[in-house]
Amino acid sequence: MNVAAPVEPDAAALALRDVEIVYRVRGRDREVLRGVTLTIEKQGSYGLVGESGCGKSTAALSIVRYLPRNGRVTRGSIQVAGRDVLKLRGESLRRYRRDAVSMVYQNPGSALNPALRVGRQVAEVFALRGADRSGARERSLAVLREVNIADPVSVLRRYPHQLSGGMQQRVIIAMALATNPELLILDEPTTGLDATVEAEVLDLIGELQERFSTAVLFISHNLAVIRKTCERVGVLYAGELVEEGPTEEILQNPSHPYTVGLLRCIPRGGLRKDRGKLDTIPGFLPPIGVDLPACVYVHRCALAEEICRVEKPADYRVGETHISRCHFHDRAQELPRATDPTPAPGVGIDRLAIPLLRVDHLTKTFNQDGHEIKALAGVSAVLWPGETLGLVGESGSGKTTFARTLLGLVEPTAGTVEIDGNLMPPKLGERSAADVAALQIVFQNPDSALNRRHTVRRMLKRTLGKLAHVGGGDAERRAQELVESVRLPERALSSRPTGLSGGQKQRVAIARAFAGNPRLVVCDEPTSALDVSVQAAILNLLVDLQTSNRTSYVFISHDLGVVSYLSDRIAVLYLGRLMELGPAETVFSPPHHPYTEALLSAVPTIEGEQRTRIDLEGDIPSAADPPTGCVFHTRCPRFLGEVCVEQEPPLAEVEPEHFIRCHIPIDELRLIQKTAPPAERVPVELPG
Amino acid sequence: MSSPQLPVVVEGAPPLSPKPLDTPQRVRRETLRLILRSPTFIIGAIVTLFWVTCAFLGYQIAPYHPIDESFGFSYESPSWNHPFGLDRVGRDIFSRVIVGARSVIEVAPAASLLGVTLGSLLGLLMGYFSGWVDNIIGRVIDAILAVPFIVFGILLLTALSGTSEGISVSSLKLVVVIGLAFMPIVARTVRSAVLVERDLDYVQAAKLRGERPPYIMLVEILPNVMGPIVVEATVRLGYAVFAVATLAFLGYGPQPPSPDWGLQIAEQYSDISLAWWAIVFPALAIASLVVAINLIADTVQQVLDQ
Repeated sequence: MNVAAPVEPDAAALALRDVEIVYRVRGRDREVLRGVTLTIEKQGSYGLVGESGCGKSTAALSIVRYLPRNGRVTRGSIQVAGRDVLKLRGESLRRYRRDAVSMVYQNPGSALNPALRVGRQVAEVFALRGADRSGARERSLAVLREVNIADPVSVLRRYPHQLSGGMQQRVIIAMALATNPELLILDEPTTGLDATVEAEVLDLIGELQERFSTAVLFISHNLAVIRKTCERVGVLYAGELVEEGPTEEILQNPSHPYTVGLLRCIPRGGLRKDRGKLDTIPGFLPPIGVDLPACVYVHRCALAEEICRVEKPADYRVGETHISRCHFHDRAQELPRATDPTPAPGVGIDRLAIPLLRVDHLTKTFNQDGHEIKALAGVSAVLWPGETLGLVGESGSGKTTFARTLLGLVEPTAGTVEIDGNLMPPKLGERSAADVAALQIVFQNPDSALNRRHTVRRMLKRTLGKLAHVGGGDAERRAQELVESVRLPERALSSRPTGLSGGQKQRVAIARAFAGNPRLVVCDEPTSALDVSVQAAILNLLVDLQTSNRTSYVFISHDLGVVSYLSDRIAVLYLGRLMELGPAETVFSPPHHPYTEALLSAVPTIEGEQRTRIDLEGDIPSAADPPTGCVFHTRCPRFLGEVCVEQEPPLAEVEPEHFIRCHIPIDELRLIQKTAPPAERVPVELPG
Repeated sequence: MSSPQLPVVVEGAPPLSPKPLDTPQRVRRETLRLILRSPTFIIGAIVTLFWVTCAFLGYQIAPYHPIDESFGFSYESPSWNHPFGLDRVGRDIFSRVIVGARSVIEVAPAASLLGVTLGSLLGLLMGYFSGWVDNIIGRVIDAILAVPFIVFGILLLTALSGTSEGISVSSLKLVVVIGLAFMPIVARTVRSAVLVERDLDYVQAAKLRGERPPYIMLVEILPNVMGPIVVEATVRLGYAVFAVATLAFLGYGPQPPSPDWGLQIAEQYSDISLAWWAIVFPALAIASLVVAINLIADTVQQVLDQ
């Protein structure tokens, strides 16, 4: 029998029937998937969303039969184009993996073999199917062209580390599609990438879907990303599919309280901290393996009644192909808010007072193997008490270096940092205890930021002792106040980080940052490692703490929605230079710098028209060898011509409080950004 | 100094996550149970315990006195009365093997403990400061590791004793020499573990509250690299047993008529064609202890890796 051909030509690309999967951990079976049924039609595209730990990746792994050694399917069936996947053994399993399915993983860097040239790895796909050397090479070149790689000959010659993340992911997608599989599984394929690169990869996936006859299973925690690529979406919670239907219909008319809650958590539609609080989903995803009541969501659902505990909700048909597993699907959208929507009272920023922070021409040049890398090239900014400065830009733009230089973790090459008018010594070791206490940070990853061997009490008391000079019984009392102020129960004091969830750990990290009554807290992507429901709660907490303590924030994030929710002013960085600086709303609405424009256009949204994306050509250039003139000219969608290549434009105040570094005058920007998006790098004509 | 005010907004305070299956205490208990139930660990532990008992109660357990020469002729083959036979001067080898455990058990644990302690401290310094500290210490370690252990040990023992003859070396000296010889390799292992930890944000957080390097190394980083250190300690223990026996064999250690295992082999190995039992039984004793400790080390490593 030829295994390569579909057993039934008209069968669905993927059909899961009541699939149950358990992991055996320390001698006990723990349920991860609790009976999932879903179908992807031939050439269909299906998005699977859910919080981390809900079983998304387990589902994907079971389809390619790559479950870890301790995992097994205990019930149900998995069919790919009519093949019973669970029955495949040995050679037939190998052929199934070769011909019928492909998988693209989250981290492209680890999916490619670092020791082999790209050409050899791509050619392998064809060699496996019997192509000879020159044939394999020819077909490799062809597939790389399919994924819009401009210079495939040189890419084939390179090693994976010589390619950017976006490029690596393209190569992997090319390899995955090379054999024209019946099903392509994408497991968070853009999560580690910059928004601009993510947008490119998503466009590519959409384009390829049309050209190839492959069905797509797209796994993501981000509904906006799924909206861009998938016709249908399934919402997974605690190993059960709670809602399923056409993507737009679910976004417009969510019919399960969990979906409703998820959509409400996302800061969007220009919502800002002074206009309203974000809604949250109280409670936690139950850990794997616990016995759950009839409805898996009952613990966190404000609509839940007695029936939800005793009777399993059926698959209620909400639309033609839209299903909700909720007894109260018809009033899911009446779900009461978990938080009071009243915004925190404004802090009242006095821009005439002495600024809290004044950064003057901050420059940092790293020396790497004899190359000078200008990570920060003369950045100046001021920040007033109680204000938030949002920092945006692609990775490599200097955001983190800026934050670390402020804190003294990195010594600047030139430039100064002043707090309340006092000059800060450049090195952390030379700063006084008060200086150190004044500037604190909340790191991106709470797992790494908290010492896993210390209890919360120990961390907080030590910090109180060092930064606030509080000891003994006072320290205990203050530690209790701190955990209370970040809304953790008092018993959290005795826990170690391993006993806390991701959001709770981040609350502990915030409590620690606030222990010494800081003047300024740097938040370095504080919510990007968290699920959206947790993110909303953390953002609300940060706003509350800012209101009550008049603390200023420097808020770094790649999520522009989050930045605009929290920031009073926004700074856009590119290659270590400030490209734009101004009030949040001014910066994020036209006219703005062409780079800001491109960044904004790259963000996928869950509402309204999809924006036309402005394509930034290529990757961010190396800081070791920045372009001449305006550093953005190599990728600028509004490129003017000679003047951009030769002269670096000054950071000019184009409107009150609004600074832009661009040769195009503000009025011209206003005009061109109101009309159609830029064409293919046609130089704009300057008036008169 | 004003304390931060508590915001009055009452937002649904999240309860501590309900994790009845995975509390840290439970994980620890289950991990321990896994160790205790693994057959390799059980076998290793029984054999090790046996030799430790012999080391403490050897004279009470052994049927005869280890230096009693009054049983008959030299090299009598194993029999019911003397299951391991008699040695060159007619002593009961079974009793000598039992009592001989003492000199090894006296030195090996202390030596590996010393080596692991010194090595860990050195590893912390190298990993934390990196740069030139790491470079200098690292090169010295490379140089030491280039010399075979036995040569290094004998050189050091000779230097400590001031004579190159086979000499009675005190247990303390053996501990110091083996400990020092183990230090470099432990330092390397710990260094690589520290390099990973040093880049984690909790170390930055400690710096941002003004902690000094010794505090960061000993209180923040050390507890997080205890896993590899514990594994290293058990592995080193096996090597230490071997090292003690080897040095005793070469004459650096207990002197005749001590029933030390290495010494027994040294005294009689030229007669192996005459009386295999006089060499094989002490050799088996050394091997069984080394293998038993390695079985324990394997289990510990597996469990900690999970």
